[in-house]
Amino acid sequence: MAKHINVALLGNPNTGKTSVFNRLTGLNQKVGNYPGITVEKKQGTCKFGRACTVHILDLPGTYSLNASSLDENVVIELLLNKNDKDFPDVAVVVADVENLKRNLLLFTQIKDLGIPTILAINMADRMDRKAITLDVPLLEKKLNTKIALISSRKNTGFDYLKKLIENYNQLPTKPCLNASNIAPEYFDRLRKAFPNQDLYKLWLVITQDVNFGKLNRNELKGIATFQTESASNLKRMQQRETIVRYQYINETLKETLHIDTANAKDLRSRLDRVLTHKVWGYVIFFGILLLIFQAIFDWSEYPMDFIDRSFASLGEWTKNTLPAGEFTNLIAEGIIPGIGGIVIFIPQIAFLFLFISILEETGYMSRVVFLMDKLMRRFGLSGKSVVPLVAGTACAIPAIMATRNIENWKERLITILVTPFTTCAARLPVYLIIIALVIPDTRILGIFSLQALTLMFMYILGFGAAIFSAWILDKILKIKTKSFFVVEMPNYKLPLPKNVLITVVEKTKAFVIGAGKIILAISIILWVLASYGPGKFNDAETIVKTEFASQNLSPEELEHHIDSFKLEHSYIGRIGHAIEPAVRPLGYDWKIGIALVSSFAAREVFVGTLATIYSVGSDDEQTIKSRMAAEVNPVLGGPLFNFASGISLLLFYAFAMQCMSTLAIVRKETNSWKWPMWQLGVMTAIAYVLSLAAYQFLK
Amino acid sequence: MITIASLKIGQKGIIKEFSLDAVPLKLLEMGCLPGNEVRLVQIAPFKDPLYLDINGSHLAIRLETARKIEIELL
Repeated sequence: MAKHINVALLGNPNTGKTSVFNRLTGLNQKVGNYPGITVEKKQGTCKFGRACTVHILDLPGTYSLNASSLDENVVIELLLNKNDKDFPDVAVVVADVENLKRNLLLFTQIKDLGIPTILAINMADRMDRKAITLDVPLLEKKLNTKIALISSRKNTGFDYLKKLIENYNQLPTKPCLNASNIAPEYFDRLRKAFPNQDLYKLWLVITQDVNFGKLNRNELKGIATFQTESASNLKRMQQRETIVRYQYINETLKETLHIDTANAKDLRSRLDRVLTHKVWGYVIFFGILLLIFQAIFDWSEYPMDFIDRSFASLGEWTKNTLPAGEFTNLIAEGIIPGIGGIVIFIPQIAFLFLFISILEETGYMSRVVFLMDKLMRRFGLSGKSVVPLVAGTACAIPAIMATRNIENWKERLITILVTPFTTCAARLPVYLIIIALVIPDTRILGIFSLQALTLMFMYILGFGAAIFSAWILDKILKIKTKSFFVVEMPNYKLPLPKNVLITVVEKTKAFVIGAGKIILAISIILWVLASYGPGKFNDAETIVKTEFASQNLSPEELEHHIDSFKLEHSYIGRIGHAIEPAVRPLGYDWKIGIALVSSFAAREVFVGTLATIYSVGSDDEQTIKSRMAAEVNPVLGGPLFNFASGISLLLFYAFAMQCMSTLAIVRKETNSWKWPMWQLGVMTAIAYVLSLAAYQFLK
Repeated sequence: MITIASLKIGQKGIIKEFSLDAVPLKLLEMGCLPGNEVRLVQIAPFKDPLYLDINGSHLAIRLETARKIEIELL
């Protein structure tokens, strides 16, 4: 008979819960979202023999069932809802042997819900080194459970854990604690009001501010109205519960757990002394940042070039192989470059998450948060905002995904809103070409290249804008969230390569699929707009041929002129002309206008679009540059790209929200269109005003 | 009032009864309970946050919270 078991994997953060999940499921896992919210839902399956399929849900790490974040809400909503299809047949609580006392708090709460619960004590391989002895049989008896001593690092104990899961129906379900102990008199009243209910569940439903919409209404009837206690009294009782549970845990561990503190060697304190040092701490952090920048800008250039070339030749190949026609054009000029535009980000994103996951796995990230918190708080940010702001210099998309571990919603929202100001990789090609055009290639004091200094200034400008707008947002956003900050400082560990690999793959996949869809759609739209047009567009060939009949043009040159003419009269060309009045005060013409519009798909499209418009016919930077330098301002005469319009363009790209994919991810993370639209409006307005001011002053 | 904020690095204290309204539940859950021993492991540059070891549970809290937790010096 085929057996199906639902397992819920629970535990405090930093207990190696995810490693246990990875060990149990291998790569047999699926990451999605819980419906309607952005909390990651990780699930996987594994087979125990032929007849038994186990579905494992890796629930977000939590310290207790008292939910204080979206992630924790998910846990309690599932555990209280027997009708949920993922409701566990058995819960596995993962604990760290070095933090057993604290980890048992969650365990006793889950046990008291009447769910069969296994205690998996992880990192058992460290017991010897840390001089920890544990009387497992006695602890099993006291906790009414079965215990598996496992080590996800050494891969031991998993066979036994699997056996326990398979025989979950033999587990005792007796609770650890008599819930009435929390507040005898109050629970007595509860019992009288709801004689058929499990008291502890009732208690959780009453105290937890989570969405119970999925719960069976009949079961709950009347509970919401049973509010004879004030909120502060309920809070007091919750605190009482925690204290009572800890008393029980201390009692239980007194006889079963022995730690010989004298023997515990401390790598932690020695590393901490250096890594959180008031000088060395920052020096080391700065060094690591440099390494990350190096990887993102330098090392990922090779795979990115390769991807770029591959997609270019794939498009070429498609065009030459498939029968000529509209459909082939769409594939070769719209879809393939569109997909290429997504895939090209993979190296940077993969590198970034490689570093971030290593820093997290080792426990170093908590030290960075500790070091930076006070500094960041002055700007309405949290120590936990450092990671996203650093990540933003590669790409705002993974950076915004990395804000998830900021518990405080206001600090998280501000971080999400200001991250797009940091100079992402896509701005770089635009900066490079404009700086080369308008900033003189001279040296200051004979050492510093003025162009390099300008580029550095653009990076500082990006960071400055992020920090400054965070400070403003902190003042104007009226969001009441209980500001509270606590970071666990976990033990230092060597990262498990498998965990790192899985994180990198998962995050990259999430980007490619999530944001990718939108980038692809926009590229197709842009292609259509650039490939079709009304009226003259369709007679482009004849018109251009007549116009240039007297000049002896080579077929290639003629082709470029035709392309250029087509673009000007295509729909996007029309759009460019239509917005020209709006961009002229900034010092741009309609062609730059088009480049601005198409930059909305991705900023680096700027250079490519201008290349097409100026009918250079190749993306070679030198040719575009000389062509751009030769452009004449249609109104004022003189070069179009002069100091004034160049600075204006630089400022526009520094501040404007021109990235469709970022908007999509902000929508996903904030679960509303309000914030991305807000970002789009405000950032673009700032960009416009500053560029306008710069151009008008400088021209 | 002697609080966690008064500790010097390496110094220990015992957490006394504290006003339960001032301290978030989460901190209790992480082991910050009356009767537990607390040791100040490290102070971040700029004097905030504080890195504590409370009965083997290592965590960092901000100074404003630390000021609300009364202790008895050991």
